[in-house]
Amino acid sequence: MSSVHVSPLSTYLSIFAALMVLSALTVGAAFVNLGLLNPVVALTIAVIKATLVILFFMHVKYSSRLTKITVVLSFFFVAILFAETFMDYATRGMPLAPYVLK
Amino acid sequence: MSNGIAHAEGPTPTHGHAHAHHPALQHHFDTMSQQREAGVLGMWVFLLTEVLFFGGLFFAYALYRSWYYDAFAAASKSIEILPGLINTVVLIASSLTMALSVRSAQTNQRKATVNWLIATIILGSVFLGIKVYEYADKFAHHHVPGASFQFAHVPAPGEPHVEEAVAGHVTTMGPDELERTTQIFFSLYFTMTGLHAIHMIVGIVILFIITWMAHKGRFDDEWHAPVEMTGLYWHFVDIVWIFLFPLLYLVERHN
Repeated sequence: MSSVHVSPLSTYLSIFAALMVLSALTVGAAFVNLGLLNPVVALTIAVIKATLVILFFMHVKYSSRLTKITVVLSFFFVAILFAETFMDYATRGMPLAPYVLK
Repeated sequence: MSNGIAHAEGPTPTHGHAHAHHPALQHHFDTMSQQREAGVLGMWVFLLTEVLFFGGLFFAYALYRSWYYDAFAAASKSIEILPGLINTVVLIASSLTMALSVRSAQTNQRKATVNWLIATIILGSVFLGIKVYEYADKFAHHHVPGASFQFAHVPAPGEPHVEEAVAGHVTTMGPDELERTTQIFFSLYFTMTGLHAIHMIVGIVILFIITWMAHKGRFDDEWHAPVEMTGLYWHFVDIVWIFLFPLLYLVERHN
């Protein structure tokens, strides 16, 4: 007997279907002018897709708390990388979007 | 000596356990589930370093995009969406087949494990094939950074027209500036998709080895760590693409 959680086939198929729908949605949304919200929508969909893959395809939903913490930590570190480096660039007198501000 | 397989080496009776050990259980673990737990955690620590590895590139992308948004929008518009979308479908499908091969290993279905692994290899190869087509297209259009890079170039009389770069796009950039900054976009395009493709090639090599092991009947429902770890790696590579696709292909498609 294995102690490993075995997900039913239907879980994998419905996650796959959800990922397909979200992929179509991200292409569709790109053709609609949402102004500043375009990248926000694109990234939100990407984050949802990544979360579905991590939770169900990578079984993190059924993993130990230690594994879950490690997963969250990896993205927390990326957030630190982004925040600190952007802070550095933003405080060096360089305009962050020199060509957008006409 | 009924326990001959599990305790092939060393004296048996001094061992504290009454039941037979799984042959794959390493001596420094008490149980198979403890060993599996440690393996999964270790793999995630490796993936954490991978997330940061790609994270640095995503930061570079975010910074240059905020600086040279017009160039990123124009350069992104020159990329065909269809091959990228097909590759998105192919790669997510390969994640599904990978997940199903892990599930087959968990449920002791040797034949199904092998078949799903082969399906994953095929889909991964299709992805790389389409990537080759896309790269060739960039070479043909002089969109590869370097000496022959050409984007906002105004063609001389008689010279073939290479690109209608900023059609309908208002920009404060001059042609020289656009030429320089679109090159930054394509540098990031090739670095990010190139590193992603290298990860896929490594993944496919590992998949071949795992398929061979599965074919030889090396895995069962108690021990299939190589299939599971390869699965985690493969899904990670899929996640990188889930972000790359909208960021590189879909910067600005309206208007």
